[in-house]
Amino acid sequence: MSEVPGLDTVAVALDTPDTPQPHAELGMAKDEYERVREILGRRPTSSELAIYSVMWSEHCSYKSSKVHLRQFGEKAPESDALLVGMGENAGVVDVGDGRAVTFKIESHNHPSYVEPHQGAATGVGGIVRDILTMGARPVAVMDALRFGPADAEDTKRVLPGVVSGISFYGNCLGLPNIGGEIGFGPGYLGNPLVNALCVGVLRHEDIKLAQAPGPGNKVVLFGSTTGPDGIGGASVLASATFDDASHAKRPSVQVGDPFMEKLLIECSLELYARDLVVGIQDLGAAGVSCATTELAAGGTGGMDIQLDRVPLRDPRLTPEEILMSESQERMMAVVEPAKMDEFLAICDKWQILATEIGEVTEVTPEEAERGGRLVMTWHGETVVDMPPRTASDEGPVYERPYARPAGQDALQADDAAALPRPADDAELRDQLLRVLGAPGVGDPAWVTQQYDSYVRGDTVVSAPHDAGMIRVADDSHRGVALATDGNGRYTRLDPYAGTQAAYAEAFRNVAATGARPLAVTNCLNFGSPEDPGVMWQFAEATRGLADACQRLGTPVTGGNVSFYNQTGDVAINPTPVVGVLGVIDDVRTRLRSAFDTDGAAVFLLGETRAEFGGSAWADVVHGHLGGLPPRVDLAAEAALGEVLATAADRGLATAAHDLSDGGLGVAIAEAALRGGRGVRVEVDGDAFTALFSESGARAVVSVLPEHKDALRALAAEHGVPVAEIGAVGGDAWWSATRAGPWRSRWTSCAPPTSPRCPP
Amino acid sequence: MTARVGVVTFPGSLDDKDAARAVGLAGAEPVPLWHADADLKGVDAVVLPGGFSYGDYLRCGAIARFAPLMSELVPAARSGALPVLGICNGFQILCESHLLPGALTRNSSLRFVNRDQALRVESADTAWTGDYAEGQEILVVLKSGEGSYVADEETLDELEATGRVVVRYAGGSPNGSRRDIAGIANEHGNVVGLMPHPEHAVEALTGPSTDGLGFFTSVLSRLTAGTPAHA
Repeated sequence: MSEVPGLDTVAVALDTPDTPQPHAELGMAKDEYERVREILGRRPTSSELAIYSVMWSEHCSYKSSKVHLRQFGEKAPESDALLVGMGENAGVVDVGDGRAVTFKIESHNHPSYVEPHQGAATGVGGIVRDILTMGARPVAVMDALRFGPADAEDTKRVLPGVVSGISFYGNCLGLPNIGGEIGFGPGYLGNPLVNALCVGVLRHEDIKLAQAPGPGNKVVLFGSTTGPDGIGGASVLASATFDDASHAKRPSVQVGDPFMEKLLIECSLELYARDLVVGIQDLGAAGVSCATTELAAGGTGGMDIQLDRVPLRDPRLTPEEILMSESQERMMAVVEPAKMDEFLAICDKWQILATEIGEVTEVTPEEAERGGRLVMTWHGETVVDMPPRTASDEGPVYERPYARPAGQDALQADDAAALPRPADDAELRDQLLRVLGAPGVGDPAWVTQQYDSYVRGDTVVSAPHDAGMIRVADDSHRGVALATDGNGRYTRLDPYAGTQAAYAEAFRNVAATGARPLAVTNCLNFGSPEDPGVMWQFAEATRGLADACQRLGTPVTGGNVSFYNQTGDVAINPTPVVGVLGVIDDVRTRLRSAFDTDGAAVFLLGETRAEFGGSAWADVVHGHLGGLPPRVDLAAEAALGEVLATAADRGLATAAHDLSDGGLGVAIAEAALRGGRGVRVEVDGDAFTALFSESGARAVVSVLPEHKDALRALAAEHGVPVAEIGAVGGDAWWSATRAGPWRSRWTSCAPPTSPRCPP
Repeated sequence: MTARVGVVTFPGSLDDKDAARAVGLAGAEPVPLWHADADLKGVDAVVLPGGFSYGDYLRCGAIARFAPLMSELVPAARSGALPVLGICNGFQILCESHLLPGALTRNSSLRFVNRDQALRVESADTAWTGDYAEGQEILVVLKSGEGSYVADEETLDELEATGRVVVRYAGGSPNGSRRDIAGIANEHGNVVGLMPHPEHAVEALTGPSTDGLGFFTSVLSRLTAGTPAHA
């Protein structure tokens, strides 16, 4: 028996092979549990069970999505720019001048529903640590959000909390929030989406990987202490093992401390700069379990950890709880023994607690063959002795059944083109105003005003413009632009085309600022993978994105999958959020979406077809979702992108704005309102189609008279249809006095209030 | 000789890089100062930048006030000798240190506010605003959650009467500040604190204007002229 009462050691496990274990309560299927027994040649200890259960969870192992995500690698286009691809904490892309950027988007949906403020805050914290772990200085964040209907009761609880959480954490970290998107829909009422993106800048030689090479090197845990955060699962183990009521209830949402994270960022960057770490991993989901198994698997395969040395916030924590704790603001480093003193001195300077908890060990060839050997002790007794690679890299992989849902044909047959259209000009105007003021279309300033967009002084473009843009360094004019887009309505109608449309929109948004798209990240928000209809949506969405990225030469560098976004049997509209990163050689040529130059001509680029399926007009005016989304023409998107980026390079345009939700009418209104100018536009043919169609591969640009011919020639060179449709300023009908109703409607989607946050 | 302007980094300072850039663009040499060192490194002036020093735990600026560096800074500032500019969190620290009267409280909206903000320069008679004209309107950045300036009526009257209201929010206060006050000075005019961020308005590309640069060129003019404030 163990010296520590109730401790489930390896020796105890060998002595009691038939002790029942709560694998099902930990979300582990019977065959998965049997596989653990097979790997270990005995029953797992409760600590080992804790590790396998979290590492093989859907969230950490991607067991349902892996077979589909492989396409991103298999279809990845050749790209000289890709320095680190999928599989690491985040992808790294070369942007020239010896500099690189790393970026990734990740979901924190479920925690943000349970506790909106902390859920969203820790979502930001987690993605920032991923970027830091790559060796980069985080330089900006963005967020893609979806909520239930704006007037729904629970939205008044969730929305202000999410926004305040992002605002609180990001602002306290000193990271500018440079954009993102917000949308509303009934399916998101019990399933809000909070997808946080972070981008970081580093030099090529500074890339860090999660690995633990060099036997004898020390394993150091630094940052916050470990507490009982986010270990709902572990309490099952603890209560099963200890029958102790004090462990029965634990909070399942983590609490964030951005001040600690800010110190952790500065401390880590100084440690990197002085070359004091050989391997690094942040502690996110699955905490110590994930960091130790991944670092060991990425190195020699061997590691010894003394779990009782982990500094605790609550001294009652058990080994299982320590392994599963998701306490925030923690990192794990592998440090050469000779550099330990200097490492600890830097941590002390930043008032960061650092504790040596173990070391990297040699493994025998036989152990290496099994997947390495990770040993953990608790006050001298062995509670874990397992091959780490079996937890980190060799989790279960499922080929979930998928099938096109029975109702899909009927949905697509319900064509939005058949909906009643405005009968006269007055109704046309009224419907345009309604679409312009709809939540998700209207001015998002009431959200973005709560985010610091200026800190660090490198923000060149930020919300509400088409993409965010950051200057990568003080001594350079080079910049990167980022946009995220997702359209659950399009994707519901056709997951393949809808996902490509999201990609195309983000691509277009980046190009509209003058940057050239280079690489992609994605956050795939879906319902339950156990529903064949949802799995079909997922399969189609991933295929669509992989094909589009291959076609336009922008590799997927990483991302995240969030399943189980559903209430009962009803899943959210599938919402793949696609982030596109582009590079601009000289940020001084960047374009914004405000028409603020009197006398400039307005040009429409691209072809308008009668496409209303999934449109904002169908939704806002008719509450309708049916038909097919706008056709995606990737060649046309590439050509348009080249025209926009070149127009910026050559200084041919004074502003550019992509066409998306709401079509031309909304785009012109936004550009005019942002510029504070009137705009006169004349359209040919059917005014309704011209104003409300959401055909892709389109943008509007404002052009000074002396550049009109050059712009026409540029468009012709790339085969992009071009039409001069109006002018900015002057005696435009949309004069300052008559803009009143437009502006008030545009800004009418006022923030829902909550009891905690009166207006 | 180039003036040397110190920029203090506390744990949780965020706009220190921006303040240093503004100092450099104004033509001075930015000198990093570390909160834990009771050493001003012989600088000619100091900027306390924005951020959340010490996590703003307890109260904004309340812990920073006890930093070793402040033990050197406070007497030099109080005597009128050392020009000090406190921006946002720096303003809060100056109030907590009793170098300036009053306090900053939660915005009346109870929300963080990030926006381009017009200010009216009320006094050009300080070490940090001499390059502006009184009555001049400037556009800088406001970004804060606890930016509502409060003081008792007597103090407010005295600030007005002695010309120590340095900048006011043009077009009304966005955060509930008494009498639309955005920034104030001490009686010597060497210590100025303001809630908005002039250091974010120093480059046309990244700021709403370049109007904020005047704060940093003003102190240079003052130092070059060799006249201590209100000498």
